[in-house]
Amino acid sequence: MLGWEFPPFISGGLGTACYGLTRAMDQLGIEVTFVLPTILEGEYASHVKLLAAGSHGSTAAFKFGPMKNVTFRAINSPLQPYATPDIYQRQIEETLRQKQKGCGLAGHLFDAAHYSGDMYREVHRYAAIAAQLAANEQFDIVHAHDWITYPAGILVAAMSGKPLIVHVHSTEFDRSGEHVNQMIYDIEREGMHAADRIITVSHFTRNIIISRYGVPGEKVEVVHNGVQRNGGNWALNESGIDKDEKIVLFLGRITMQKGPDYFLAAAKKVLEVMDNVKFVMTGSGDLMHRAVEMAAGLGIGHKVLFTGFLRGQDVQKIYKMADLYVMPSVSEPFGIAPLEALNNNVPVIISKQSGVSEVLKHALKVDFWDVDEIANKIVAVLQYPALQETLANYGNFEVRRLRWQDSARKCAKIYEEALVTV
Amino acid sequence: MASVCFYFQLHQPLRLRHYTVFDRDDQYFDDYRNAAICRKVANKCFLPANRLLLDIIRRYEGRFRIAYSLTGVLLEQLLSFAPEVLSTFDALAETGCVEFLAETYYHSLSFLYSRDEFIEQVNKHVQTIENLFGKKPRLFRNTELIYNNDLAALIESMGDFDAIMTEGADHILGFRSPNFVYRPKGCSKLKLLLKNYSLSDDIAFRFSNRDWPEWPLTADKFARWISDVNGNGNVVNLFMDYETFGEHQWQDTGIFDFMRHLPEKILKHPDNNFKTPSEVIQCYQPVGTVDVPHLISWADIERDLSAWLGNAMQSNAIHELYHLEKKVKKTGDEKIMTDWRKLQTSDHFYYMCTKYFADGDVHKYFNPYNSPYDSYINFMNVLGNLSNRCLKQTRLDLSNVVDRALINKNNLTGQATESAFCGLS
Repeated sequence: MLGWEFPPFISGGLGTACYGLTRAMDQLGIEVTFVLPTILEGEYASHVKLLAAGSHGSTAAFKFGPMKNVTFRAINSPLQPYATPDIYQRQIEETLRQKQKGCGLAGHLFDAAHYSGDMYREVHRYAAIAAQLAANEQFDIVHAHDWITYPAGILVAAMSGKPLIVHVHSTEFDRSGEHVNQMIYDIEREGMHAADRIITVSHFTRNIIISRYGVPGEKVEVVHNGVQRNGGNWALNESGIDKDEKIVLFLGRITMQKGPDYFLAAAKKVLEVMDNVKFVMTGSGDLMHRAVEMAAGLGIGHKVLFTGFLRGQDVQKIYKMADLYVMPSVSEPFGIAPLEALNNNVPVIISKQSGVSEVLKHALKVDFWDVDEIANKIVAVLQYPALQETLANYGNFEVRRLRWQDSARKCAKIYEEALVTV
Repeated sequence: MASVCFYFQLHQPLRLRHYTVFDRDDQYFDDYRNAAICRKVANKCFLPANRLLLDIIRRYEGRFRIAYSLTGVLLEQLLSFAPEVLSTFDALAETGCVEFLAETYYHSLSFLYSRDEFIEQVNKHVQTIENLFGKKPRLFRNTELIYNNDLAALIESMGDFDAIMTEGADHILGFRSPNFVYRPKGCSKLKLLLKNYSLSDDIAFRFSNRDWPEWPLTADKFARWISDVNGNGNVVNLFMDYETFGEHQWQDTGIFDFMRHLPEKILKHPDNNFKTPSEVIQCYQPVGTVDVPHLISWADIERDLSAWLGNAMQSNAIHELYHLEKKVKKTGDEKIMTDWRKLQTSDHFYYMCTKYFADGDVHKYFNPYNSPYDSYINFMNVLGNLSNRCLKQTRLDLSNVVDRALINKNNLTGQATESAFCGLS
């Protein structure tokens, strides 16, 4: 399996999805070798031990917690799933600076030569290393998650003669609207056409790849994501916040795709009719500054809090405080976060332009652009406890049926079919 | 002797328009949609079914008899959107073979929340039916056949009614059959008619179901089942939605042809006949008492109130609604009162039902909303606006009272000064 991120190295839903899926596959007894690009930085407080990287291959193999059938292989690479080329460039320069400053002599280990100066060459470097790795591994299927790994997937599949399955968690159209990056689009398209089977996380995404990438529908299957039950969340201490204000939560990358501007516009409308509300925006992203400015510009700066990117316990805490979760995504292939919100008994408003709205009934659904309706529904949830309670209770119950085991089982079936047809 | 007693229910709610918390006007109802649906149902069901039944009544010269219950909200809509339906009802009424029943004008659940309001609505309905069809209803059926001992006692105490109807639910009858006239527990005069749900639902729900072992249901077969009741009961009460004809069972299922041939097949057996509910209770005496301490209805398998009051949203919405009663009545504003009453129609609460929601079942077909949550939000927004109107109105009244008091006071002081002057002079 070729991926780009895995807990605790996550910046979005993809890592969560890969974790859930591989864990469930592990339970089904499917052996998985997970190859992922990761830059070894001390800043992640991690319980996973990464083995020291070798010199040229720069790979690390490790086992992760309770998954006995899953082996991890990490390729040192600064690739990040949601980065744009600009960000990549900045990141590289930053890393190099730190290396030269902090590591002194040891710095040669992470020589600049190991990193390509631009994102696209890095993607192909990842492919080359993955192929090298694959030569020494036993496997039956190549399963590639999202575009960065597609070239690697194509290469590995070609070399080994094994069937290639690409798993589409998002497309360039979701991330960038109509202003697609042609290079990424080409990589995506090539991967999809080279694949024997394609798995999409929703019918919503399936439609996009059929209409936008010219992929024949019969090779595309939908496997909805699941959600991990975190049974022990009541053990968490009360946050101790004695709140007389309601809290509406936005949790996700603050990028065009997630619709932060619609969230703020709706917040403005809500504040016209009620006062005791705070809007919390959790996450970071390239529109972060724009969002702060917009909140100030709308005159609701004092009602909007930006927390930055949160992990682990902090996420649990924020859910505990929230009265409502809003996901006004412009184009959301799936959207695991609403499921996690419901898992934490927080009712959700989700955009109809999302994959998750295909699997959730007990959620309020809106068109992302319909700011009036979003505001209308926010006010309703905050004002009527009966609504909040019913949504949270039924929604929580509904989410329990969305299990990763079922997703893994569907994937396994697709594997079998792919093996037969090849 | 087996009498067949047909009673058809006719109702269409006034659906709300999309009303957000930002809306300020008092136009709550979706007139366009209500008109469109009303006309559609009139063309697919009311008109063809009325013509058919009129035809049958004339053909059998008084031997085919039926009863209707039309809600006030439907009558108002027919008057505005499909008046031709009313004239066919007129023709039916004139045959003398058709009886009209009484119910709550607004098809409401008011019996559960406000007895005063309930009685007002029943009286309003009785009045309306009498004005339209020239005869005062003598039988009562509550919204969705909701019933318990208390309702029977209340109806008897109102003094206008001879009998009441409800569902012949298994759990209230036990081994007994619904094919007799009964007496409600605690009543001395009122009689009770029970729906034979098995035979009624054979027509209303199962008629076109191809997985049903008895499909296709022919008039012959159904008449045989009716005749089987001979010696084992007096009356078969077939109560159903009128929309069974043409809406629930589409015309191409053959439902109209079934009905066309049914009287002939049933009357072939010399012991069978058709009776209106009033004739049934005149002919047959109660054979026993039926005790219904808990509320029942004709809905779903549960035969209880869970379709309208099954979740927190539904009970919250209806409590808030009846909570407004005093405020609404205090304003004395006719428009506010009517709007409040139109909101009582049980359908508004039915739309909020989460039972079966996840399975996407029949509840959906009649639901103008995509989800029960949307319907709750919409309803509560409307209710919020109505509540504000009440406040405003009362404040207006109050300021009027204060004005008047001030004027009076001025007058008084004026008089006082005058008299003081008089004293001086």
